[in-house]
Amino acid sequence: MKTIKKLCAAVLLLVMPAVAGASGAGMHLDKAPVNLQDLASLQRGVKLFTSRCLACHGASSMRYNRLKDIGMTEEEVKKKLELPEDVKIGSTMQAAMDPNSAKLAYGVAPPDLSVISRSRSADWLYTYLRSFHLDKTRASGWNNTVFPNVGMPHVLADLQGELELKIEKQAGHETRKLVLATPGTLKPAEYDAAIADLTNYLVYMGEPAKMVRYKLGMIVLGFLFALFVLIFMLKKEVWKDIH
Amino acid sequence: MNLAAKLVGWIDQRFPLVSTVKAHVTEYYAPKNFNFWYFFGSLALLVLVIQIVSGIFLTMNYKPDALFAFASVEYIMRDVQWGWLLRYIHSTGASMFFVVIYLHMFRGLMYGSYRNPRELLWIVGMILYLVLMAEAFMGYLLPWGQMSFWGAQVIINLFSSVPVIGPDLAILIRGDYVVSDITLNRFFALHVIAIPLVLVLIVVVHLIALHEVGSNNPDGVEIKKYKDANGKPLDGIPFHPYYTIKDGVGAVGFLIVFCAVLFFAPDMGGYFLEYNNFVPANPMKTPEHIAPVWYFTPYYAILRAVPPMFGSQFPGVVAMGVATVIFFFLPWLDRGKVKSIRYRGPIYKIFLALFVVSFIGLGWLGLMPATPAYTVISRVLAVIYFAFFLLMPWYTRIDKCKPEPDRVTFK
Repeated sequence: MKTIKKLCAAVLLLVMPAVAGASGAGMHLDKAPVNLQDLASLQRGVKLFTSRCLACHGASSMRYNRLKDIGMTEEEVKKKLELPEDVKIGSTMQAAMDPNSAKLAYGVAPPDLSVISRSRSADWLYTYLRSFHLDKTRASGWNNTVFPNVGMPHVLADLQGELELKIEKQAGHETRKLVLATPGTLKPAEYDAAIADLTNYLVYMGEPAKMVRYKLGMIVLGFLFALFVLIFMLKKEVWKDIH
Repeated sequence: MNLAAKLVGWIDQRFPLVSTVKAHVTEYYAPKNFNFWYFFGSLALLVLVIQIVSGIFLTMNYKPDALFAFASVEYIMRDVQWGWLLRYIHSTGASMFFVVIYLHMFRGLMYGSYRNPRELLWIVGMILYLVLMAEAFMGYLLPWGQMSFWGAQVIINLFSSVPVIGPDLAILIRGDYVVSDITLNRFFALHVIAIPLVLVLIVVVHLIALHEVGSNNPDGVEIKKYKDANGKPLDGIPFHPYYTIKDGVGAVGFLIVFCAVLFFAPDMGGYFLEYNNFVPANPMKTPEHIAPVWYFTPYYAILRAVPPMFGSQFPGVVAMGVATVIFFFLPWLDRGKVKSIRYRGPIYKIFLALFVVSFIGLGWLGLMPATPAYTVISRVLAVIYFAFFLLMPWYTRIDKCKPEPDRVTFK
């Protein structure tokens, strides 16, 4: 056993610094205040999502009636999300805009957002949606510090207002800052909260199973720990005559 | 005679039931001094069963079609009853299979389990390892995400670097000029039928070979040398009940780890389920950084460490191939007087430690983009990796071994 312990220790000592050095690099992302227990936030999020994002993006794996997960009855879904008459409650969330015309308009087809929170992190989405700024060089008039030269214009500009990117150079040191040029209908803190709700919803939508996964996991692990104690005692009993 | 005994008697006249159970379970004698490292054989069998059962249920709802594959996985995750659980069991199981197999192989290296008379057992095990790699590689294409697609594209392109037949070989594998719907269909067929069938058959061969020669043990001495009057090894104990119950403890302990990953971190920070694989496969858009799943990365790092020669990637591909196949030759490379690391001299211990460092280091480098500094480190580690095997005939011979005990040590 002693040799093995020494082996393991040697491996750890040699590998750890490499791993520690690897993390870190990359741009700064704000921490998204994700809380899947906060059903009110998720409901505000889905409202913003269906009224704004669904205009161009689809969520083709997400069914409307699945929203019972976040505490919405079918009636509430129909009324609060203003579902058109011809959209069935069991259907998936489709974009209002035809994907081909969207591609013509923006140069790229708007991606489906069903699992966007799994390919992009919650922090990325939260920061990205708050980092649009005016840019005259872009056809859409918008750019983004998190996603440079993004195809999407700032569709929430009426809420957030218009930001400008200020680059200050001091002694060879460059600082980039987003400054509010024209205020929107929401105060900055209110806009951040709305985006937090939207991000929260996107995280839920990326994996609805997350709502039950942790709870079930605790039960399963509890059962396994109990089973472990029993089987361990049984092993001791069976093995007691082996010397 | 009661009914049960009558039934057994009836079967026994037509099928060797009692003698088979005796030979392989109740009167199969295993050394009594197995330690922690000896759990991983039975655990590999457990994971195999988990993968087959969860795989069968996934197959019922998965669609091997380039247009529907990605969406059908999300359908399983959302609309199929317990589908998310099945999918996570299968994806966690894939990575855990390699964790278990790598530890199982490491056990063999530590205690000389590949040495005479277990050479064939080791070779069959190595074939299993290669078949498992093929199984995992083909399964990874099925979710049809960006990493599925581009990972397969990169690996299959390696075959096209083979001189003369390469390009045709790559087309033969894909069934097309690029990875496509056709590739997805054949990989599905191979992943769910052909390879599992081969895998299960070779597992049976592995077990038959094991039971013929008997297990090695942490002391690396043969328990068959000392037998009692009935011909039973003095240091052996019947597999049942002793090891069925002990492996049961190992199985429950393993399931705790398995379920902790499954329920609390199924994507394991992007290592078990890569983030980019939640973007549907797009042949027109190459991801910035393509990394295989973690269990292939040591070999991928070796591939990248070898510089192209005469404008061909082939030498790297050969190095990668040799890195996997070289394990087959261990029984003949090792000239040590003892089998177990317990009685080996310091040279073997140092080489084994360096090998572990190189394997883990290469595994980590294989996940990273190939920067010049990383390439240099990869080359150093690749040299260490091969040195472990190629210098073995010399360093194991000159190593100062301690005397082996006559019989196993057991506290």
